[in-house]
Amino acid sequence: MPPVIDIQGVTKTYKGGHQALKTVDLQIGKGEIFALLGPNGAGKTTLISIICGIVTPSTGTVIADGHDILKDYRQARMKIGLVPQELTTDAFETVMATVTFSRGLFGRPPNPGFVEKVLKDLSLWEKRNDKIMTLSGGMKRRVMIAKALSHEPDILFLDEPTAGVDVELRRDMWELVRQLRERGVTIILTTHYIEEAEEMADRVGVILKGELILVEEKTALMTKLGKKTLTLNLQDPLTALPPELSDWDLTLKADGHELEYVFDSNAERTGVPSLLRRLSDLGIAFKDLNTRQSSLEDIFVSLVHRDTPPASAGAVQ
Amino acid sequence: MTFNGWGVWALYRFEMARFGRTVFGSLVTPVITTALYFVVFGSAIGGRMEEVGGVPYGAFIVPGLVMLSVFTQSIFNGSFGIYFPKFTGTIYEILSAPLSPLETVTAYVGAAATKSLIVGLMTLATATLFVPLQVQHPLAMIGFLVLISVTFSLFGFIIGLVSNSFEQLQFIPMLVVTPLTFLGGAFYSIDMLPPAWRTVTLFNPVVYLIDGFRWAFYGLSDVGVGVSAGAMIAFFLICLSIVGWMFKTGYRLKN
Repeated sequence: MPPVIDIQGVTKTYKGGHQALKTVDLQIGKGEIFALLGPNGAGKTTLISIICGIVTPSTGTVIADGHDILKDYRQARMKIGLVPQELTTDAFETVMATVTFSRGLFGRPPNPGFVEKVLKDLSLWEKRNDKIMTLSGGMKRRVMIAKALSHEPDILFLDEPTAGVDVELRRDMWELVRQLRERGVTIILTTHYIEEAEEMADRVGVILKGELILVEEKTALMTKLGKKTLTLNLQDPLTALPPELSDWDLTLKADGHELEYVFDSNAERTGVPSLLRRLSDLGIAFKDLNTRQSSLEDIFVSLVHRDTPPASAGAVQ
Repeated sequence: MTFNGWGVWALYRFEMARFGRTVFGSLVTPVITTALYFVVFGSAIGGRMEEVGGVPYGAFIVPGLVMLSVFTQSIFNGSFGIYFPKFTGTIYEILSAPLSPLETVTAYVGAAATKSLIVGLMTLATATLFVPLQVQHPLAMIGFLVLISVTFSLFGFIIGLVSNSFEQLQFIPMLVVTPLTFLGGAFYSIDMLPPAWRTVTLFNPVVYLIDGFRWAFYGLSDVGVGVSAGAMIAFFLICLSIVGWMFKTGYRLKN
């Protein structure tokens, strides 16, 4: 099946010389939830803006649902909904008017029933006759989403959808994304909250300084790059690591009360059984133990810092 | 889809809704302004002036007054309509919508021109309360009014695109259009000027617009109606090509 979004060799250099995107190639499948991660200024919004027609690419092509976004922009844009990062709304309009307006703007004939459904899904129906300026920030965010969904797009871009929203709205948003996915809508979201990508995304792309440094299935990424940490709570604190344990990558924590072992969970030999045996041989007793899988956040942080040479290269933790 | 009719309609209605919200200010202002002009120019000066080319002075200034409010309104509406979404950021939606540049301009300029037409007709209606009016060429009068509304709305649209601040938005209307209108024969016939000034005045494009419009009322023309109509069409085409160029290059709209 051809990808619903096909980005080939897209670059963007702004006037003034700032290169926001180096060559980006990316394919996104239909019905997929794709999370684009990256620090501020990495080029996430530029990439989204190019696909949505707000920024012109310097080079490269983007095909959205079979339509070139430049040559065939009408068909391409009708398929796309965008929720931008900034809360930019027409303060004096009512919720109903602005959502109806968006639907028309994207070339759809009026359909009050559909608009009603969108407003109800987003808990905006009660507020439909309120002016946007009287709404809270979270409600405005919902209005922006309703506007983006008003023309029944097949592809939805959410640029930092949960930045600065409360927990309840974030949950609602996640729920909405799931519902949309069930309808076959492809969703591309950028986020700072790795938790969000971890919760929702099928695939994750990491963008850094205008370059897509990694694109991977979320679960594969988490197993591939994921580390596990074993923490042992010692019966009696250790002042230093015995030399007999130097074969393992160990750290003493909590004033010698905890022994931490970081290992690759995919490795054939994790070293855990042998470590435990050695500890018992040495008479080091422990009260408790737990293991923790590293989160997407840990992976992300390590990726972002990978480019900067580590301060103590090669040093054992 | 070759023409996004729903899109144009939505944008047009949206712009007209803003007019609707401020309808009181939008309509009362021209009425009061026109009344003031009549009190000052019509009664105070007109009382001392006889007729201009057989037309009472009060009636003579009506076409100029209508033009003055059409210029001001068109430029204001045209520039504000596109500047405001740029200012608030809501332009993202217009840029990401399946609208061609022509459709976008049609909606914005169409709405701006509609508003200034309404205000122009309102000014005209107010004038009839003060002076007896006759329109010798009603079709030409309406035609000129529409053409000038559209042209100045386009002109305003350009100003709105170019402007980076509210100050710049005010700059051209205040410093260029108002003086040109006052010096463009809104309140006098250019035949009344000394020959040297008359020549200078002929470089003022507004002269042709007002002169042509006045011809539609009274059949009086200083420069000839054909020249006036030509000037209007030329100005319209210039504005249209500038807007076309701006959209083609994404000037001040897209990065």
